[in-house]
Amino acid sequence: MSEPQRENERVTIDDVKRVAELAYLELTASEVTRMQRDLNAILDYVAQLNELDTSAVEPMAQVSEVLGGVPSALRADVPTPSLPRDRVMAAAPETDGTFFKVPKVIER
Amino acid sequence: MTKVDTALPTIHDLRAALIARKAAATQTALACFERIEAQDKIIHAFLALNREGALKKASEIDATAAKGEPLPALAGVPIGIKDVLVQDGLPATAGSKILEGYMPPYTATAVRRLADAGAVLLGKLNCDEFAMGSSNENSAYGPVRNPHATERVPGGSSGGSAAAVAAGMAMATLGTDTGGSIRQPASFCGVVGVLPTYGRVSRYGLIAFASSLDRIGPFAMTVRDAATVLGVIAGHDPCDATSSLEPVPDYTANIDAGVRGLRLGVPVEYFAEGLDPEVRRAVEASIEQLRAAGAEIKPISLPHTRYAVPTYYVIATAEASANLARFDGVRYGYRAPGSNTLSAMYRCSREGGFGPEVKRRIMLGTYVLSAGYYDAYYKKAQQVRRLLTNDFLAAFNEVDAILTPTAPTPAFKLGEKVDDPMSMYLADIYTVTASLAGICGVSVPCGQSREGLPIGMQVLGKHFDEATIFRVSQAVEKLQGGRDR
Repeated sequence: MSEPQRENERVTIDDVKRVAELAYLELTASEVTRMQRDLNAILDYVAQLNELDTSAVEPMAQVSEVLGGVPSALRADVPTPSLPRDRVMAAAPETDGTFFKVPKVIER
Repeated sequence: MTKVDTALPTIHDLRAALIARKAAATQTALACFERIEAQDKIIHAFLALNREGALKKASEIDATAAKGEPLPALAGVPIGIKDVLVQDGLPATAGSKILEGYMPPYTATAVRRLADAGAVLLGKLNCDEFAMGSSNENSAYGPVRNPHATERVPGGSSGGSAAAVAAGMAMATLGTDTGGSIRQPASFCGVVGVLPTYGRVSRYGLIAFASSLDRIGPFAMTVRDAATVLGVIAGHDPCDATSSLEPVPDYTANIDAGVRGLRLGVPVEYFAEGLDPEVRRAVEASIEQLRAAGAEIKPISLPHTRYAVPTYYVIATAEASANLARFDGVRYGYRAPGSNTLSAMYRCSREGGFGPEVKRRIMLGTYVLSAGYYDAYYKKAQQVRRLLTNDFLAAFNEVDAILTPTAPTPAFKLGEKVDDPMSMYLADIYTVTASLAGICGVSVPCGQSREGLPIGMQVLGKHFDEATIFRVSQAVEKLQGGRDR
């Protein structure tokens, strides 16, 4: 059921299409409409994070910084056997045995 | 307490039977397959079974026992594996059509450690697609049903893992928890579910959802069994750069120490509006039992709790949008036929292979990371994550463990929340805080509703203090009259 787009909708239909392009998702027209509704509902809810003053707070991307005990040294840069090629290629949708085959990359 | 009659032994009892040379591994595995045969058309916990491999392993264990040779820690224990973990020789679907038929070329570290410890791996367990969901209704292969009430959900995303233990189809299972996906289904299904500290268990071989949040953990019928399984899978792995060097103690060593002298915090924010009165009654009664058993019960505050769900849904979806970019039809999984260009192949394969909840989360994650929105959403959420973590660090200066309900309600009915994503997300309200802070937790059964639906209590502990939360949970289990040993 389509609704008229409100003027100050956080996420517009164009936003949905732009994000779908970034995410490599070929959404159908009804998916786009539904997605706009869902994203707005969720982001309206997420907006409450703005109630908090975080100007003096360092962002925390990894919990490891408070955990300690995580090795800070990287392992030695020494090549070791990886997965056997034939096992990997067995899962490939299309292959010549060495490479993964895909449709042409350049679109023009 | 009404429990689904499992007739499966505990790990300790099985070991005793093996040592007594009663061909217990084969018998136990056969009992599991019988239950699966009898009930799984309805429950739908399993997506793939490895009957031949499992019975072969079981008979090897029985032969070792018959010769009187030493037995590894989990000898003969039948275990199921959530289908987001890879096991060479079995498919891995992550509950998605995009990986239908995918046969992984290696085995996850946690799974390999179970096998090396003598476990009998039964098969792969149903779950919400890419571990995204709180009801197991997002599986592309059909929902899982709660063994206690089959018109109700088992919880999610590890619904199959929880249901299999509750229904006596396995003695233990592995699940994963990103925002509550072990704890909440454990609560809904009346079993024990463990959220280990972030970095406690290697994520190598776990199909990633949100890399700073994902954890692998065990389900079992008893706290002791769950602690035993954790002891086997935990520990540093060079294949996981986030896995911790923290030594792994014997989690069962102090498990019967009781709660006398322990300080247990009860956060006011977890007992406010939205909590089902029957859940409140069961959890509060359990807390009173712990007080009577000698624990000091202290009211505490975790003031940023109400911001946890929005924080989680920004961070988890942002990380998921990056982790799921690899599903593009190139190297594995579904490739949409008939695409003339690479980008059309990407778009059509992902559109055709992913379900609606996965697409919704990828879209949300992509949006919050996109230019112009990164600071407002993703960076903001990371800042709030630090505030939430600091709430816990401050609380653990005052208390040894924290007690909360695991979920705001008992198991809801299939179909009840599918049309309202926000309502489904709010089911995670008590679990996402621990997820964001990296701390450990257990959900332990603490009662049931008037209709006989299981209710779980969540016990949260400091980073790497699983021993204390097992000690508290063991006390809860004993006070509930639970079986052990």
